[in-house]
Amino acid sequence: MSDWIRPRHLPEALEILATAPGPYRVISGGTDLMVECHLAPERRPESWLDISGLRELQGLQITEEGIRIGAATSLEAIRRHAEVVAHWPMLAASAAVTGAPPIQNRATLGGNVCNASPAADNAPTLLAYGARLEIVHHHGSRWLPYGDFHLGYRKTALQPGELLSALWIPYPPKHSRGYFRKVGTRAAQAIAKVSIAALIEVNSDGIIQSAHFGMASVAATPCALPSVSQYLLGRALCDIADMQVRQKVKQDIAPIQDIRSTTAYRLEIASRLVLEAIHKRSESKKEN
Amino acid sequence: MSTTMRINGKAFQSSSAPNARLLDVLRNECDLKGTKEGCGEGECGACAVLVNGRLVNSCLVPLGQMERAEITTVEGLPEDSALAQAFVQCGATQCGICTPGMMLAATALLAEYANPTLEEIRWGLSGNLCRCTGYGRIYAAIAQVAGGFADV
Repeated sequence: MSDWIRPRHLPEALEILATAPGPYRVISGGTDLMVECHLAPERRPESWLDISGLRELQGLQITEEGIRIGAATSLEAIRRHAEVVAHWPMLAASAAVTGAPPIQNRATLGGNVCNASPAADNAPTLLAYGARLEIVHHHGSRWLPYGDFHLGYRKTALQPGELLSALWIPYPPKHSRGYFRKVGTRAAQAIAKVSIAALIEVNSDGIIQSAHFGMASVAATPCALPSVSQYLLGRALCDIADMQVRQKVKQDIAPIQDIRSTTAYRLEIASRLVLEAIHKRSESKKEN
Repeated sequence: MSTTMRINGKAFQSSSAPNARLLDVLRNECDLKGTKEGCGEGECGACAVLVNGRLVNSCLVPLGQMERAEITTVEGLPEDSALAQAFVQCGATQCGICTPGMMLAATALLAEYANPTLEEIRWGLSGNLCRCTGYGRIYAAIAQVAGGFADV
């Protein structure tokens, strides 16, 4: 008989994690974990900490700097939230292409991040918007820029006893435009071959003031594009050499061949997506 | 440890392990075989049911989260509903494996959009795979219940 604990309050959950950090597997929406358990029943955890009943981890709140999203908030709630749609359209778009409605009704934003798949649908968006993570443990809490969260393939900065409690996303700069696109085999339920989110700020003289990118399925972890961002910073839109951008993309990503795509395809599509993000800069929706 | 929920309006107490899949509880403990297992990975929607009115894949739902939940399976839908009739009239079912999930997805969709557009129907059913009908007849059945496709 497995051990299943469903605390009602966060301190209770953190105490359980602190006193017995090893064996408890944290579960919320379960849309990734239940698949793992089904495919590898021999590795099924014995002890479960179900955080889906914790009020503290639920819901969206507008703050002075942006929005706080409880880690266990469903993608469905995020996708529909009027403020998200108005101010963070790339997040509404990435939540809407994560699986399909029955997945979004259960899957959580925190879960998508902590599952730490290199193909995580919402990871590019969170990178481009410069999200930071609120991480709690029995004795306190800490902040971590989301860009520092993924340490390696499926390896995160979460320490034993720690729990991701919320994601904070700042308002985008005034003159910035977002670009989000997921490339998959079909419109629904696809795992990304490549996906991108870009937030680019251009002033009235056509000079790029800031450029932040997030990509998925192009490296061992979801990743930013530091060389591309650096190349674009301070440059006039009319001075961008596409070949240079392609070179920088190549420096920033390390795509592999797997069942969904090839290295060459991913590299080519990644470059085209980055160029499209720079030149189109329209708020785009789901597309395949 | 046991879990008490309401399934198709009736109280039910399950003694399965909390990490058991809702799908297995429904099929094996409740003998509600209308809920199908397709992929077991949340890709196909054959196991879709409503939990508190929301469409979910029952293969991904642990029993431990179902305390006091209201669950609706295809057996809980009205037998000769307009939706069931429309499925028959439009030829929206062939082999039948996807049909229960499709009917629950359609129920969830119609509860939200009484008069959905084709795009909304496609979105509402996007988590359900059908390998026979090519979807067109299923969309037509749902549109028929709603009194035709809404204009965009």
